[in-house]
Amino acid sequence: MAPTSEPILEVRDLVKHFPLTQGIVVKRQIGAIKAVDGVSFDLHRGETLGIVGESGCGKSTLAKVLMALERPTSGSVKIKGREIAHARGGELKRMRRNIQMVMQDPYTSLNPRMTVGDIIGEPYDIHTEVAPRGDRRKKVQELLEVVGLNPDHINRYPHQFSGGQRQRIGIARGLALQPEIIVCDEPVSALDVSIQAQVINLLERLQDEFNLAYIFIAHDLSVVRHIADRVGVMYLGKLVELGKDTEVYDKPAHPYTQALLSAVPVPDPEGRELRERIILQGDPPSPANPPSGCRFRTRCWKAQEICAEEEPLLQIRPGTAHESACHFAETHDVVHIG
Amino acid sequence: MSDIQQPAQTLPPNAPSGPPLPRSTKKEGKPASLWSDAWHDLRRRPIFIVSAILIAVLVVMALWPSLFTAIDPNDPRTCELATARQGPSGGHIFGRDNLGCDVYARSIYGAANSLLIGISTTLATSLIGGMFGLAAGYFGGVTDTLASRLTEIFFAIPSILGALLIAATFRGGPLSSITLVIIALTVLGWPMTYRIMRAAVITAKSQDFVVAAKALGAGHMRIMMRHLLPNALAPVIVIATINLGGFIAAEAALSFLGVGVTSPDISWGLMISDARNRFLDAPLPLIFPAVFLSITVLAFIMLGDAVRDALDPKLR
Repeated sequence: MAPTSEPILEVRDLVKHFPLTQGIVVKRQIGAIKAVDGVSFDLHRGETLGIVGESGCGKSTLAKVLMALERPTSGSVKIKGREIAHARGGELKRMRRNIQMVMQDPYTSLNPRMTVGDIIGEPYDIHTEVAPRGDRRKKVQELLEVVGLNPDHINRYPHQFSGGQRQRIGIARGLALQPEIIVCDEPVSALDVSIQAQVINLLERLQDEFNLAYIFIAHDLSVVRHIADRVGVMYLGKLVELGKDTEVYDKPAHPYTQALLSAVPVPDPEGRELRERIILQGDPPSPANPPSGCRFRTRCWKAQEICAEEEPLLQIRPGTAHESACHFAETHDVVHIG
Repeated sequence: MSDIQQPAQTLPPNAPSGPPLPRSTKKEGKPASLWSDAWHDLRRRPIFIVSAILIAVLVVMALWPSLFTAIDPNDPRTCELATARQGPSGGHIFGRDNLGCDVYARSIYGAANSLLIGISTTLATSLIGGMFGLAAGYFGGVTDTLASRLTEIFFAIPSILGALLIAATFRGGPLSSITLVIIALTVLGWPMTYRIMRAAVITAKSQDFVVAAKALGAGHMRIMMRHLLPNALAPVIVIATINLGGFIAAEAALSFLGVGVTSPDISWGLMISDARNRFLDAPLPLIFPAVFLSITVLAFIMLGDAVRDALDPKLR
């Protein structure tokens, strides 16, 4: 699944600030939460881009902006060369057929008062041109089968299914319009580990079957490593490292990525001794008031004066094969396990 | 996690699943929806059957009272002052009231006005309050602020005083006194439904399935009618059925103050307020219409309960 064709999704300098206001009648803006602050990447057909980062780094906001559920403050999101971030009305509705989403919590993402048939069939009710009315029920049953559920359960309600089965229903709903891109916002983090594997494998199978491109957002590094072709690491609204999964995991260049990887549990007791542990000090700074220059400098052991003055750009740096945003980037295998 | 396994936790086709399933889901061939499933379920609930029968009897009573009694209380010749407050007897099983009229016949004939006022006011407050509440809760912002301030104005008016004002001001105009009572009670009653609907919608709208519907491209109407309304209806149904009795009783208060239903029209409220001056000497003329009122309120509360439960798939 190497990126071959031109990108199906192009994100450029995407910024989403949430204004902080004060006052009841006359609202004055006194600042902004810089949830996403200048993110750029490409996504190719059939490819999986993993986005990792800790809570509050802007992953979910990024997903909402990509889905045009939130309007970006600035920047652009292009699907097959067409701008979705500023599309409206019928144009936006047509573009939504190409980008769909699988949500994190399978318990709240399905309307408890709709049958599974109505939930998965809703995309066809909204986009009536996709399937003629008489075919919809059959299509829903096909989708149930595709995601590994019993098509006879079409008249059941969400509460009659387990968490993993509900997530499959959510995936079937996402597939209904035959999109080319699916944004998965932490699709397995609410599930048991054994069920996680099944859902991940289902996502991989569907990718092969329908040539889907995934944006796979997660905080679990090992899940992302399993499914992603490329990985982007986010910190405080910015991508700090972006590269092929092998590059990012085996040769991390950014100190934050190295610290993240050093915290991944190693199952092998032999290698565990060799691993370095990098313990970061403090909490991430507030996204309302991020540090000047490099955002990671307040917790970085390599930080020097330049880090406070000049913002490091996400680019390929000497000695590394992939993009990273650090003035002192150098590859460093923290895990030491082949 | 190497190759793709067929999911193990999926139920194999035709295998018996754990908990017994509601009957409607067994007919997998036919499309099901919330409302059709709710109807299937309702028909099997004893509480629904009992309340439906009670309400049916009351409605028949309101439409054709002469089926239940041979005495026409609208005919003044049936009243005899000399027999005022007489106890139950063969011909007058509930006894006679202060004016010597038959309490049973008046209770039967009073059903029409009382039911009309109770049901119309409940429907009107639920529709108006529900619609405004749905829109305000969903759109938020300016819509919400305007609607909420408007309801606060109505909340600030003491209800009996406000209803008295409305009913007295337009009295003698083209509208009948019953229509005026309905309008007055609706104007003062809808803010309660509005608040409950708005709060329920705000809770529902923060859930992920609304975001998912937006991501699919669903319009405002679809999100409100298909996603928010079914999930916000339960508390409104409960409050509406409880209010129904309150409205019938409020009509009594207005009648007592002389602006509601007035003699020679008959309503339970009017009968109760007429009888209460002499309650200690003759309790029956008050108790019988009050029992009719209580049974009506109980029937609607049971109906509301059954509908609310039927609309929740988890309770089926």
